[in-house]
Parts: sequence; C-alpha cells; structure tokens
Amino acid sequence: MLKVLDSAVPITCWSCSVGHDDSTLFCPYCSKIQPPPGGDYFSVFGLKPKLNLDLHTLEAEFHRLSRRLHPDRFARAAENEKQWSLADTALLNDAYRTLKDPLRRTEYLLKLLGAAPNPSTSSQPGGPEKKIASQVPADLLEEVFELNMQLEEMRAARKTGTKDLELEASLAAAKTKFDALLAAVDKDLRAEWIAWDEGNKAAREAAQKNMAALLDRRRYISNLVRDVNATLGA
Amino acid sequence: MAEERVVGIDLGTTNSLVAFMEGDKPVVIPGVDGSNLVPSIVALDPIPAGGRPTVTVGNTARKALIQTPERVIYSVKRLMGRGLQEIQKELKMFPFRLAKDVQADEIPRIQLGELKFTPPEISAYILRQLKRNAERFFSAPVTQAVITVPAYFNDAQRQATKDAGRMAGLDVLRLVNEPTAAALAYGLDRAKTGTIAVYDLGGGTFDISILKLQDGIFEVQSTNGDTHLGGDDIDNLLMLIALNEIRDEYGVDLRLHPGAVQAVRKAAIEAKIKLSTEQVAYFDIELPNGGRYQREIPRAVFEQLIKPILERTAEPCKQALADAKITPEQIDEVVLVGGSTRIPAVRQRVDDLFHLAARGKKPHTELNPDEVVALGAAVQAGILAGASKTTDEMLLLDVTPLSLGIEALGGTVARIIQRNSTIPASATEFFTTGVDGQANVAIHVVQGERELAADCRSLARFDLKGIPPMSAGLPRIEVKFLIDADGILHVSAREQRSGKAAQIEVKPTYGLTDAQVEGMILDSYDHAEEDFSKILLIEARNEAETILAAVERAPRNPAWQQLTNEERAAIEAARDRLAQLKLGEDAAAIREATLALDEATRHFAELMMDAAVSTALRGKTMNAAGEEMDENVTAPHAMAPAEFE
Repeated sequence: MLKVLDSAVPITCWSCSVGHDDSTLFCPYCSKIQPPPGGDYFSVFGLKPKLNLDLHTLEAEFHRLSRRLHPDRFARAAENEKQWSLADTALLNDAYRTLKDPLRRTEYLLKLLGAAPNPSTSSQPGGPEKKIASQVPADLLEEVFELNMQLEEMRAARKTGTKDLELEASLAAAKTKFDALLAAVDKDLRAEWIAWDEGNKAAREAAQKNMAALLDRRRYISNLVRDVNATLGA
Repeated sequence: MAEERVVGIDLGTTNSLVAFMEGDKPVVIPGVDGSNLVPSIVALDPIPAGGRPTVTVGNTARKALIQTPERVIYSVKRLMGRGLQEIQKELKMFPFRLAKDVQADEIPRIQLGELKFTPPEISAYILRQLKRNAERFFSAPVTQAVITVPAYFNDAQRQATKDAGRMAGLDVLRLVNEPTAAALAYGLDRAKTGTIAVYDLGGGTFDISILKLQDGIFEVQSTNGDTHLGGDDIDNLLMLIALNEIRDEYGVDLRLHPGAVQAVRKAAIEAKIKLSTEQVAYFDIELPNGGRYQREIPRAVFEQLIKPILERTAEPCKQALADAKITPEQIDEVVLVGGSTRIPAVRQRVDDLFHLAARGKKPHTELNPDEVVALGAAVQAGILAGASKTTDEMLLLDVTPLSLGIEALGGTVARIIQRNSTIPASATEFFTTGVDGQANVAIHVVQGERELAADCRSLARFDLKGIPPMSAGLPRIEVKFLIDADGILHVSAREQRSGKAAQIEVKPTYGLTDAQVEGMILDSYDHAEEDFSKILLIEARNEAETILAAVERAPRNPAWQQLTNEERAAIEAARDRLAQLKLGEDAAAIREATLALDEATRHFAELMMDAAVSTALRGKTMNAAGEEMDENVTAPHAMAPAEFE
C-alpha cells in the first residue's frame, strides 16, 4: 500500500547499472526511464508532503514530466521501456489528479499518515466496500431534519405536478445557507493546511484530527447541497 | 530501409480516410478513383461457382447497394463492440440481418449474401482498402497506423477497433479520440494558448471535447457524447416520413423491398444535403407500382423535424462544461467537425450553446469537416514516429470518457477511476475472501456513470484464481486496473500475504479472444516484401486496364469530336504505349504510362464533365449530379480528381 518515503532504497539502473535513489523516474546518470518508483505522489513531483501547493508550478512540472514520460515518446522504444513509460505516466497522472484538487490532496495526505476518516479501500469478497455514510454533524441535526422533510415534500409535489412557491423559496434559502457553511469549512481547512505545513509534530497531529473532522463535515454538507440542487433543478 | 511511415486513419461511420505527414503538413491520400473519401460501405460480390469470394469497399460497394442490398453493409461502426441485444435494436433502422445461428454469448455476425462477418471483420475490409490506397501512394508497404475513434467509445468499442486493425494487417500504434485529433489538426499551424471546444457531429456519433492548449500541450479537460447520434438519425427520420407517406397514400410498403428502401435513403440524404444551402428540397421517388411519390421539404419544416436530434447534443455539451468547471464564456474557440455540422441549424445550436455570436466569435470551419479528423490522426502518427520538429513539440493528453467501477455488494458500483481522468490512469483495489479456504474471488468490472452495475456497461468478469488456502478475510489480493493511452483497460493481480501472483482470466463481456482475432486476419495479410512487388504490379495493371477501357469507349462520346486532331493523336499514342507496357513486369513503368495517358485525356475529360454537369444539373444538386455521374458516366480518367463541392 501507500507508504511515506522514509529512507531511499538504492536501486540499480537497468541500463547503466549505476545505483540510484528509488524515487526517481529517470536515472540521474544515464537519463533512461526507470520502472515506477516506490514513493508517494508528492515525491513524483520532487516534493515533500505538504498541503499548500502552488498550482502553476505543479502544472508546469506535470507538463515537463509528461513530455518526457508519455507513451507517445516511446512508441518505437523497446518493450520494457514502453511498459515503464505506461506505468510511470499512469503514476504521474494519478499523482497530478490527486494533488491538484485541494480536497483530494488533503484526503490523500491523511490517508498517507494513516489518519483517514474512512478508508477508501477495504476488503470485501466480490468487490470493495462502499464508503460509510458520514454522521450528521451534531450542530446541524435540526436543520438537516427540516431540510430532508422539505426535500421529501418537494419531490412529492413534483410527482403530482403541483408547484409550491413557498417551499421552493425556503429550499433556495436553505441552499444559500448550506453553501455558506461549505465555504466556512473550506476556510477552516485552509487554516489547518497552514498549521500542518508549518507546525511541529504536536501541531501536525492536531491539524490532522481537525482536517479529518472537517472533511467529514464537508462531505456531509456537499451531499445535502447536491440533493437540494437535484430537487430544485428537476 | 528507411523508417516506415505511420499513417493516420479516420474509420468513420459514413466515410473513411487515410492521411500522412508530408513534411510538416498532414495530407489526405486519395484512392484509385481520385477521391479522398472512401465510403464505409462493404459489399460481397456474387460468388462464382467454385470461385473465391471477393469483397469490395467504397464507391464500388455503394453501387451494389440498390441492386443487391442483401450483400452490402454500411454504418458498421454503429455495431462495433456491441452485444446481441444492442445490435438487434440497431438493426431495426438498417437493412442488415443477423446470422441465424448467433449465440447470446458470442460476437454477433452479420449475414452478407452466403457469408457471415463480425463487425470488426467488416471494418477490417475498410481498413485494408485504406492500407492499400496508402501503399499504392507510397509504393511501399504500410503496416503501422493511428486510428481514430469517437471520444465517447467505451472499452469494448475501442478493443473492437483495434482488433479490426490487426485483422487488416495493421499494427495500431494508438487509438486517438476524434475530437482531439481535430484539435491537433487545427492547432498545428498556430501556436495557441487557450481553451477550445470541439463539437463533432458525424454520421453516427456525437462527441464534445474541451481542451486546454498550452505550449504545444493539448490537455483534454473533459469529454462527453452519444455514440448513437449523428447524420444517420436525420436520414432515418426523413426516410421514415417518406416510407410512411408512401404506404398511406399509395398503399405500397417499401419496407418489403430492400432495394427500394435504399433508393429512398439516397433521396433522403440528397434532400438533407441540399437543405444546407437551399431553402427547399424535394422528394421525387419512383414507386415499384409505377406511381410517383413527390413531396416538398421546406428548410423550416426540416429544422423543426431535426430539432429533437440537435437538442440531444445540448446535454453532453453542458455536462462537459460542468466537468471542466468552466462556463460557455470561458471557451475561446469552437471547432466544428463532422459532415453534419454543415447543417445551418446545427451551427445555430452551437452558437447558442457557447454564446458565440454574442461574443463576436464564429466557430472554426476552415478545415474540411470531413477530412479534419484524418489530418489530426496523421499529426498524431507524426508525433509517434518522432519524425518532424513540428510534431516533436506537441503532446496530446487525453482522458477516459467514462468512469470505471467494480460491482460491489448489493449490485451497486464502487467507482475506481473517475471519468475525465487523464490517461494512462490506474487504480489499485484490495480484495479478500468471505469463506475459509476460498480459492476464487469473482470480480465484475463495469464502465458508466449509473449507480447500479446493471445499468452500466459490463466490461469484464474475471476470477482471481489460485488464492492460497487461508481463513476468510485473511488473503489480501491487490488488483491493479490500468487504462492505457488508447483508453483500453488492463488488469493484473497479486496475493500480497503469500506473494503469489494470482492467475487471472479476464473474459471481456463483448469481445473477441486473441485466438479468434488471429483466425479472422484477412487473407491479404501477406505483404512480405516479395509479395508486395507482385501486388503493386497487379494493381498497376488493373489501373491501366481501367483507363484503357475508358479510352476505348471515348470515340463514342460527343466530346471526342470537340478535340483537336493533335489531341486525339496524343491520346492514341499514349494509349498504345500503355497497352504495350502493360504486358511487361515493370509496375513503375506501367504507372508512369497510366499517368501519361491520364494527362493526355485531361482536356477530353473536362469537356465530357462539362456536358454531363450541364445535363445533370437540371433540378439537381451538385452532389446528386456527382453521384449520378459516378454511376452513369464513363469518365476516362481514372485518376483525375473529380471535385464536386
């Protein structure tokens, strides 16, 4: 599974036989492509795990690496290099997709540190388990209950073809409110990023706990917003 | 030997093309008849007693459509990678029949005369024709190609296309999405930075792709579409109206006469094309009972009719914008691809969707919408071959159009790779056993956006076999899913605790096994060097015969009398020279003499075309006139480019 890169394991280059750090995509000596390195997504971009990333730099690095790694560059290469180009590019793409999105990046880091709120991979015969639904945040219990009632009413009204303007207005108001809650969660998350990136061990552990809770809360609220949008837009 | 050329192929629903990079510029390779488009029509010739079956492709096959419709197939792309039920539904609008002995769990075969073919085999015949056209053009073998597919093609449809390439003797270096290919063709000569949308409404498929261009990197942001939407649907709609009216007014059900249905289809297509430039078109169809069905179709009525079809392109466009997280205003440019984008109502719809006119913009139509995908395929071929400086700067980063998932407990789908992920993309999942000592775990992979596995497209079912005996829940099987740069899925597995690689049998739900593909490789997959010169000689002789036969008939044409004595003498001299060389073994000399005779007859050909055009044009479109001439006029210049645009 995923592991935090602690000590670099020396690996011998298949082409020039010089030993190198296993987290490189190319041999530092002969520049030949290497099999997928064992590091985390951050190390693909030569980064230490962190949450505040400059997206322009990340994109530029993604493009630079793509130009060198992409299977299009290996169309007429030997079979082993072709396979590594495919595997390395898949890793690069997976890493970029995860790191460029703030939420996925946060989830990934937490998973890397073993503090994930819900494990995204679990073991089940016949298929991976679905993610467990998050708990209703305690401070929102009443409002969520109310909102769910209104959503039910709205769907029922839709079915019979009646138009309840009052209900629609109140749903729209709820949506505005939950959108604002979402924005507040994002603001809190950003504060935790800084705390994690710049803090010591204790500060980091506190930030991890807070982020896990914030992600749970965010997931719950965004599901609600999605339901409201779907019902209003239907 | 110099590095072999890589060609780019647009394997279209209606027409197919082959192109290559000539220096820094992509160029379409014409066929023997001088046309860039090879109609995607395949016909099985009547088999002579004791003889071998021969298959014809393109314009020749089109001629058989009305006389022997039961031996002809078109629009086969709509059947690629599809299961029995889907094909049955599809065939309601097409005159083809499924083979009677078809089994539910195998690739359906289409009955063509006495023989049966799978859709990839039919496509292979089209690809083989394009391969031959390219070989004839280069006078060298061609075995490597880039083939385009609709962006919204799923795994099975992509695999079927690759299989077809292999059957045709082509090593398919890459499958490229059609809208992306079009973007490559457009992006070639302008170093641009910006966001573009490619709206591709072809014969049978609709795609929308949104790309970000930056320093030669073409990064697809999102794609969406409908593999069941295109010009065919408009043709079918017009046909349906005609067929119903004929039945109601004249009491003739033409559906019982496949040849007559094809005549109606031809009229429908002509009317559709005419309505792109005219305000009104007419149906004028002779009926088998001697009657005549005539009807006027004003453009306004046509536009009203096709509105629901065009409306179906709106939702994919909105979804693609939403997935790319942008608004229509953020689209800098829109590129139109596919013959159906010639329809003014389509252009209007595009304008509305992307707010173009309001922003003082116009969609790009500079490149011929029928050719732009093939040109882009050639650019991608150039990128892969690493042959030119221009293409070395370019890199295409495409996405997977559909989410990949695994059926979880209760029949729901657990997504493992989201749609619009840049490919290659991978995901790793862990599985375990539910019973002590369990040796197999069954996995069902699906593609699609729906919540239930039953509503998604089933890609493959496979068993992880040979799990070492352990208590339930203890084995830890790592399964790696990888979507490659062609958008095709690969699966590998490993049991982690014992370190044993689990044996996997991936059985595609719809698809051919490797052995089946091997068995379907077309006979002509025989281009070893020595055979090749023989083929070139045969083809050169065939071409020589075609033009000699046409020159033989020339004096009977009134245009012959308009030539000067010198011109006639020059033609006769070139004719005699070719007739002499044709007996020899030198393919290059025969071709040179054929070209010389073609050149000598050019003026004659022009005179004859003028006469034909002025007769044919009475009440007809240029296109219709073109087709008619194709069938009735014996043009003596087999290779002169006939241009009817």
